[in-house]
Amino acid sequence: MATVMRLVNRRILSSAMGQKYVAYSSAAKVTAAGVRAGQALPEKVKIVEVGPRDGLQNEKTIVPTETKIHLIDMLSATGLPVIEATSFVSPKWVPQMADQVEVMKGIGRKPGVSYPVLTPNLKGFQAALKAGASEVAIFGAASELFSKKNINCSVEESLQRFEVIMKAAKEAGVPVRGYVSCVLGCPYEGKVAPEKVAHVAKRLYSMGCYEISLGDTIGVGTPGSMIEMLKAVSKEVPVNALAVHCHDTYGQALANILVALQMGISVVDSSVAGLGGCPYAQGASGNVATEDVVYMLHGLGIQTGVDLSKLMDAGAYICRTLNRKTSSKVAQANCKL
Amino acid sequence: MGNVPTTVKHCLSYEQLIQDYPWLKRWLQEEKTITGHEYPEFVKIVEVGPRDGLQNEKEIVPTGVKIQLIDMLSGTGLPVIEATSFVSSKWVSQMADHSDVLRGIQRAPHVRYPVLTPNMQGFKDAVAAGATEVAVFGSASETFSKKNINCSIDESMLRFEEVINTAKEQQIPVRGYVSCALGCPHEGHIEPSKVSEVAKRLYAMGCYEISLGDTIGVGTPGSMLKMLQSVTEEVPAHALAVHCHDTYGQALPNILTALQMGVCVVDSAVAGLGGCPYAQGSSGNVSTEDVLYMLHGMGIETGVNLAKVIEAGDFICNALRRETNSKVAQATGRPL
Repeated sequence: MATVMRLVNRRILSSAMGQKYVAYSSAAKVTAAGVRAGQALPEKVKIVEVGPRDGLQNEKTIVPTETKIHLIDMLSATGLPVIEATSFVSPKWVPQMADQVEVMKGIGRKPGVSYPVLTPNLKGFQAALKAGASEVAIFGAASELFSKKNINCSVEESLQRFEVIMKAAKEAGVPVRGYVSCVLGCPYEGKVAPEKVAHVAKRLYSMGCYEISLGDTIGVGTPGSMIEMLKAVSKEVPVNALAVHCHDTYGQALANILVALQMGISVVDSSVAGLGGCPYAQGASGNVATEDVVYMLHGLGIQTGVDLSKLMDAGAYICRTLNRKTSSKVAQANCKL
Repeated sequence: MGNVPTTVKHCLSYEQLIQDYPWLKRWLQEEKTITGHEYPEFVKIVEVGPRDGLQNEKEIVPTGVKIQLIDMLSGTGLPVIEATSFVSSKWVSQMADHSDVLRGIQRAPHVRYPVLTPNMQGFKDAVAAGATEVAVFGSASETFSKKNINCSIDESMLRFEEVINTAKEQQIPVRGYVSCALGCPHEGHIEPSKVSEVAKRLYAMGCYEISLGDTIGVGTPGSMLKMLQSVTEEVPAHALAVHCHDTYGQALPNILTALQMGVCVVDSAVAGLGGCPYAQGSSGNVSTEDVLYMLHGMGIETGVNLAKVIEAGDFICNALRRETNSKVAQATGRPL
């Protein structure tokens, strides 16, 4: 009888509470909630700085090569571990990245820092290798319409294109990072099913991408949709191989990043000064600002290795050159005290 | 099995289990649990734009515009709209028309219109003008208290006690604010225990709700968590509100953390009205639109119509000849 009681108790309680079964009183519950609210946050977070590529690619002003190189060199001195340097896409499509080879050859590569570059196809990959790239990235989409409008082919076709790159990259011993865009919404399709995101992420991971960055391309996500999506994706790809790439178009980026951290994610993409507007909502912001992310992470006691004041210097530099205001609230608050 | 022992029947009956351990129900409701955090089903938004927001705007807003703003907000579903402040116009010229505003607005049923009353004089004027709810403003920082209202925390508490006692007699509810809950522009770091102390005093005096303000927006989810852990030892979470400033872009993650701690009242200002007097040119209050977008996206109800709030925001930004601070308004106002 006692055994039956124990079994019944466990069955009712364990599935619901798992390891979270704690104390009884309401006071303890509040404490437990407090523990849960702050629990399981990673000790360290890797910041992937996408300002020089994703950021500048979405800026209207064409930035001179020397400026790009100087920006990347300043960022290299901040402690950022990964700086996306440029994109080996055809200059016909993205004139901002036409100086890809000069940028790649001109930057001072700090030991211990990675400088991945985008390679949308085999031609771009070969050009990147030739220019000295030692890490590349490929960009898939969770939305069929977005894939067709953005890179002129279906999701499946793009994945096949990537398999070709993966093969070449493996032979050359070059690591590849995979991106999935539109993970929380698409400017054409609207809602995107978490299962679709999981499917694309899984394909990229199985192909050999060491990390999959999940992008909220139009910034429509909220902690609600972020969690739903991460639950689906983490069933297919281990959470330590995932990153989040949040846009701040609706002001949700930091809240979305926080819940991603609570789900075990420890890699965050961001852009110095919040460079890069949103091409789908004119005048609205795009990438989340690295300064604001670092401020939050440091406030949580999470290590990033990044020197915030040096980062702000880099942000101030590029904004002066672009003649635009920073999109970082931390930078805004600090320069006017 | 013959007579089944009571203990077994107990264990086998889910309903009985829930009855005996009511706290258990919340744990078992997995659908509402996200990553082990529970979120409130409903969050009350306290709209502070017309008072806290406008008070920190440089341009003096005509009374008619203030009234129209409040009337527009009254039509959005917002349950609480802080209408004005009965502070001496010598100190806060923006609020000089407090009586006219309070008398001029159309009070929607089911909406509350609290007003600030820093002292007995203000309280009397507020009641004379028809106020049915008031608010008092304490601080967790001694230096801030002295510089802001020219007296120590203890002295301010005595002042508030008078207001609260008189309000009790007239059955007027009082909301308490604690500023500098996550940092002070003069003192820097503020000990969570200091915040708890002030919150506890205000609550014990009779304030029905305590709004904890990150006055200079320096807080992060880390400091928010620590502060709330301390305060909830003295004041129940259901009597707390958070008043986050977005000066460092941290408002929404801070609010999220507060929700995870059981807080379900959030202060915000339409269009993110009100800059930060301590960081010139920086933003202050978090935008109501951005808060609503997040809450609704999480399936949390507020009763508020986001589109109507955006309209009210557009109206006041036009009147003030300034851009909105709300990212949601910026994004939705400029389609493809």
